[in-house]
Amino acid sequence: MEAKTLFDKIWDGHVVDSVENGPDILYIDQHYIHEVTSPQAFTGLENRGIPLFRPDKTLATVDHNIPTQNQHLPIREELSRLQVATLKDNCERHSVKLYGLTHPFNGIVHVIGAELGITQPGMTLVCGDSHTSTHGAFGAIAFGIGTSEVEMVFASQCILQPKPKRMRISINGNLNKGVIAKDIILYIISKISASGATGYFVEYAGDTITSLSMEARMTICNMSIEMGARGGMIAPDEVTFDYINGREFAPQGEAWDQAVENWKKLKTDEGAVFDKELDLKAEDIHPMITYGTNPGMGISVNEAIPALESLPAVEQESFKKSLNYMGFEPGSKLLGHPVDYVFLGSCTNGRIEDFRVFASLVKGKKKADNVTAWLVPGSWQVEKQAREEGLDVILKAAGFELRQPGCSACLAMNDDKVPAGKYAVSTSNRNFEGRQGPGARTLLASPLTAAAAAITGKITNPADLM
Amino acid sequence: MSIEKFNILESTCVPLPVENVDTDQIIPARFLKATSREGFGENLFRDWRYDKDNNPKPDFVLNNSQYSGQILVAGKNFGSGSSREHAAWAIFDYGFGAVVSSFFADIFKNNALNNGLLPVQVTEEFLAKVFEAVKKDAAAKLKIDLKKQEVTLLSTGETCDFEINGYKKTCLLNGYDDIDFLLSKKDKILAFELTQNGS
Repeated sequence: MEAKTLFDKIWDGHVVDSVENGPDILYIDQHYIHEVTSPQAFTGLENRGIPLFRPDKTLATVDHNIPTQNQHLPIREELSRLQVATLKDNCERHSVKLYGLTHPFNGIVHVIGAELGITQPGMTLVCGDSHTSTHGAFGAIAFGIGTSEVEMVFASQCILQPKPKRMRISINGNLNKGVIAKDIILYIISKISASGATGYFVEYAGDTITSLSMEARMTICNMSIEMGARGGMIAPDEVTFDYINGREFAPQGEAWDQAVENWKKLKTDEGAVFDKELDLKAEDIHPMITYGTNPGMGISVNEAIPALESLPAVEQESFKKSLNYMGFEPGSKLLGHPVDYVFLGSCTNGRIEDFRVFASLVKGKKKADNVTAWLVPGSWQVEKQAREEGLDVILKAAGFELRQPGCSACLAMNDDKVPAGKYAVSTSNRNFEGRQGPGARTLLASPLTAAAAAITGKITNPADLM
Repeated sequence: MSIEKFNILESTCVPLPVENVDTDQIIPARFLKATSREGFGENLFRDWRYDKDNNPKPDFVLNNSQYSGQILVAGKNFGSGSSREHAAWAIFDYGFGAVVSSFFADIFKNNALNNGLLPVQVTEEFLAKVFEAVKKDAAAKLKIDLKKQEVTLLSTGETCDFEINGYKKTCLLNGYDDIDFLLSKKDKILAFELTQNGS
């Protein structure tokens, strides 16, 4: 039998039909939707006069456009309120399950899909959100789509998609002190650039990856899109099965045993060929931070920003534009630079482990006076668990408060906007110009590095505080 | 249903020689609150185009009356980041029919094609020549021929081929719609579901 990659096994198993010289018709096992990228798809469906084909394979949440305080009150901004109300109407009309505001299962779409046990190995999943790649951590094919494609899935539970190429990124060895999953993925992106994996689907492998928890794996797969990849995935193993077991929608009893037996077959065969391979060493990775306006512009916190002359001539103009926006000089160091805001949260780092590591570093210390900190759990379940573990008490003693779940300052659609010119150390996924508010300057980092900045009020290597 | 047909587009260009133009620049998240597809062109490149008091920034190309036309020419890795289709809607709504760049992000490319906005991927060398030609003469025109999969810089006659998958090309040339196509495959989809339930 031909040796196949994990990606090929799952993809090929979901091809309904192929178009000559064109895309495959790929069957989708699970469709997640939210308020921002779904309304026009529902309208399209209704204009055609056709029903939503498989509402039972569709799950809705509100996350992008909601406040992170006083969620029991009507949303103040009219357009946001209307968008949230439109999703509720659409879900009712088309019999789609919705975990709306204040529902105990509500939260960021990529956080709840996993924590409810809906995302499972071997599945195909899509959502009108590029960070759908998060779900690949379970050994699934998961990718973000546009609204026209959301409508395709509504109409047919299928999507027309050219098959991407395959890339494997292997990381082996032990991690340095202060280095966690976010540093690994920021390091990878800094090595291959913000477009280095465009056209590929990435499998992450190696003993560094397999030693990680499910939540850490999700952080890594989540940011696959930031190097242009269609998605990222990690072969399922005992860590995966243990995580899923017992969750709300996980298979139970005999069905569970059967499922695990099938999931164990989901791995890349010995000798399977990838279109591209990259090998990295864990010991080369140090706590990371970005200095520019795309996620590929990352360095270790102790390093200096690259000098202009070190770049190819064609890239120098964009580099200067980027540093000008950030207010940084080429060749300068970031360590010790003052920080105004710290954001812990998002589909990248809004899970319980992220709150645990943040709390572990700030425990017994005090938030710096010059820092405004927003700590936003990824879901109500994360919020609840943080309280049950007493993290809220540790955080409060250090001068921090938990807000209510949502995407929040990751994309600043709600009121959580970083003011123009201010510096934010953020655990989210994008440092684009204006991403966290018009004129806001974002430095992407891990929850540990964010905690270190929140305590010292400046960019700090978290390893120095541990 | 059908989408707008695309065959040949001959037009002057709007040059944006910036790399890694992400979809947050094309349309910032705070303008994604609409529930319809129309009107996003107004906020295309909002924060590059207007200052905080909503006055046009004179140094941005869309505010430079010298440049106009239906073809946006941009630096490599255009459309990276968020999957928001609003980015393609905004570019199309503003009046562009094609974007020329040396590299496109995947999701943006799909979104553009699904809206009759043609992403034309050319070589770095050709892109540099287009920027140069437009810099020299703002009236320089490009001709994009979808059937031939060829773009021509009319002032010099230089051409560059571009790729597009055969299915999408047929759709754009004829105005065919993906959902009609998928609905025509309903029998196969139902048969596929039966095999899944049985496994």
